[in-house]
Amino acid sequence: MPAYSDVEVGTQIPAQQFTVQRHNLVMYCGASGDFNVIHWNERIATAVGLPNVIAHGMFTMAEAGRVVTDWVGDPGAVLSYGVRFSKPVPVPDDDQGTVLTVSGVVEDKLDGNRVRIGLTATIGEDTKVLMAARAVVRLP
Amino acid sequence: MPLNQDFVGREYPASATYEVGREHIRQFADAIGDQNPLYRDREAARAAGHRDVVAPPTFLTTLSYRFGLDSPIVDPALDLNYAMVVHGEQSFEHHRPVYAGDVLTSVSKVASIRDAGRNELMTMVTEVTDADGQPVSTITSTLVSRGTAAPKEA
Repeated sequence: MPAYSDVEVGTQIPAQQFTVQRHNLVMYCGASGDFNVIHWNERIATAVGLPNVIAHGMFTMAEAGRVVTDWVGDPGAVLSYGVRFSKPVPVPDDDQGTVLTVSGVVEDKLDGNRVRIGLTATIGEDTKVLMAARAVVRLP
Repeated sequence: MPLNQDFVGREYPASATYEVGREHIRQFADAIGDQNPLYRDREAARAAGHRDVVAPPTFLTTLSYRFGLDSPIVDPALDLNYAMVVHGEQSFEHHRPVYAGDVLTSVSKVASIRDAGRNELMTMVTEVTDADGQPVSTITSTLVSRGTAAPKEA
């Protein structure tokens, strides 16, 4: 785990790419209990005006959170985590899926060895799917 | 049709407790593709100072589905069409990590229902507590009900 004393405002968190395919959403339906049809039924998703089946916002949030937990190592160090879902993540029925790119930066150093991390999550040509995505973690 | 404003301020205590399962944490970690050993290996978690495997930061979202029937979302009087719902905002303030073996309960409150253009935003705040009544997490969740805001006067 990075040490508080080694981290500065502006320290970059290693970026990651996540490929989201239909089977990931089916697994997330089962694991989370969120079986909203818009996450697995293209017929209904498009009928209600969505571009395609869309990923659970909570799935996108969880993937983005992996950038934080991979950096700190210990998920128990995450004190808070919040996001706004700004755009849906459409997931086509193909073998490529949708690539979610997540990067992070230390935005602030707080008391009690805490730091606030800002996350950026995009799909396609720099479409931001999360806004105000921030986590506060406690470092040693 | 707009959502029923009478729901603002209503509280929804969970009608049961929720025991966090080690295998459920593993299943959730598998679903998000996360191989972190602290989600899977009790000894690794203990070596890191935890009493059991740790739940991922967003794991407690599962509570809202486990306790789904204790939610206003399923009450027909709210006039919410779930197929028209997308997730607007979500945050977790963790007062302590969640561990396998925790026996949790929660109370959700409808904090607000407000218009945002043609959509409506419904915000719920859920306080999660453990078997000793101690705070575990405060979850704030905003749902977007697409296109249901009352038409505005020109």
